[in-house]
Amino acid sequence: MSKFKFPESIRSRPVYGTLEPRSGKGHLMIADAEGAEALLDLAAQDAELFHAAHIIFIPKGTGETFVEKLRSRQPAILHVAPSYESSIPRIRRVLSDAHMGLQVYLAGTEGLMGQAQNEAMNAGIPHTAIQTEHRGSVARRMQCVHCKGITEDVMTDPFVCSHCGLNLFVRDHYSRRLAAFQGVRVDAEDPGNVPEPVELYK
Amino acid sequence: MTLQFNTETFRDDYSFRNSDRAIKRFPFPFHEDSYMYSVNMEQHRGGPAGSVFEMRFDVDEHYVSEMQDRALVLAEDPLRCQSLPHMTLAGWDTLELIMVSKSEDYPDLFELHRDGDRWRWINKPMGIDHSFTFLDETTLPCGPLEYITRQAQGDFAVLDQRGEMLYMDAGMVTTQADWSLDFDIGMDFFEWHAPVPLAHEMGIFKRALKFLLNIQQGAPARRLNWTMTVNPLLDTSPENYHKWGVQKTTLTPENIGAKQHLRVELQTFYRLPRSNALLFPIRCYLIAFQDLVSIPKWGRRLHRVVRDLPDELATYKGFIDNRPKMLEYLGRFDDGLPTSPGVWPDLDTEPPLQR
Repeated sequence: MSKFKFPESIRSRPVYGTLEPRSGKGHLMIADAEGAEALLDLAAQDAELFHAAHIIFIPKGTGETFVEKLRSRQPAILHVAPSYESSIPRIRRVLSDAHMGLQVYLAGTEGLMGQAQNEAMNAGIPHTAIQTEHRGSVARRMQCVHCKGITEDVMTDPFVCSHCGLNLFVRDHYSRRLAAFQGVRVDAEDPGNVPEPVELYK
Repeated sequence: MTLQFNTETFRDDYSFRNSDRAIKRFPFPFHEDSYMYSVNMEQHRGGPAGSVFEMRFDVDEHYVSEMQDRALVLAEDPLRCQSLPHMTLAGWDTLELIMVSKSEDYPDLFELHRDGDRWRWINKPMGIDHSFTFLDETTLPCGPLEYITRQAQGDFAVLDQRGEMLYMDAGMVTTQADWSLDFDIGMDFFEWHAPVPLAHEMGIFKRALKFLLNIQQGAPARRLNWTMTVNPLLDTSPENYHKWGVQKTTLTPENIGAKQHLRVELQTFYRLPRSNALLFPIRCYLIAFQDLVSIPKWGRRLHRVVRDLPDELATYKGFIDNRPKMLEYLGRFDDGLPTSPGVWPDLDTEPPLQR
């Protein structure tokens, strides 16, 4: 099972739900990796809704595991993208063509959901109207508060900023605008004293 | 009296100093011998003559040097001043409020001449004489919020109000107690306060929000907040924490009186007339421990507050590691005598240190 129950945290940390069918004029579903399982659950609940859906799926490490399963549920459009970045122009176009009543469903990793939510918000959809369901990796998208660089798929605390090389600890403070958690130098008060990295939520 | 502006720095050689007058008017934040969170709001309608509460925007001996420090921070990191696109009108509201207040409260330092929307602003301490058209951005060298807050001490958060919620949608933040405008911009009131321990559970933020949503034009409010800073460093930002954090480890029994500073924020809240936004100026005052204990009542009280503060708060405020050193120093200025209620120094009535 790809579901993980996040412990309770501070108010800025996003919480995720379970996708449910909602009536709408259109249905945009964006998922990565095990997020496909959440979409398949949705298809099982409401096949008609799924036939009207535009799906953008980024398999990441799951390869072909979910692609045929998704296709067999006959969504209106299934676009398989090699990376989130490569899907951004398409997401923006779909959102700009959308009418009132578009339902947005996001599933998978926090980084994917956060970034796609940001695109939907920029298109004028309030974040509270966007459904999300976390599946798969608990890796985080982190912003270094010092150099502002983003490090994707952070699995340990502390971690090394992929831009400036500082050792950063992982905060739960989260910015929807940046779609990232905040990373802060862990050894600022004792340079060189960097704790052993521990896997997140282990 | 005419203000003399100090030539001083808040970085490198740290030549910042408080005069005797600045020490006596310091906004000491503890009204009793202990501290816990509270909403502690009061109306901001003046205060005792000469106090930091007297004017709407206090201008003191550090004004010119603080503005130079802000310019240095902005040159290094322009993201310290940001305004989401819908906040420009609130920027003009802010400019008007500060220009009108300063020219009325300090007519010898600032002048504002208005002829319809053609305005002339004179800032004598900073050598500025500028004519511009109100509400026309092309007549200013930068946005209205940045323009005026480069000439006003303290940080400024501009909060948009929508649907019974406040949003951090613009600001000028270069003298902050370790929070990032660039990270927090766009967040709602509960989100940007998320990292604060205990206060959510105590219902502090719910009550504070309710109060702030109801602030009316012409009826500003204020409160004090505080933390600790080693060296008189205005820019204790998370952005630069990897540079200043290590300074917290430089305290010794010999230098702590000069190096350790109590950092007090005078927070005020103004409803803005056109945008209905809430202006939230956060003015930072610093005082070295050695200057603070020259007021006997404050020396006694600060020792007791630091000693009895819950560990979570000492951790959040970033001085848990230095607390033993602070107590060792401050203990010398606490003779156990009772202290008078309220924040004022009461120099004429409080006894000198009995040891």
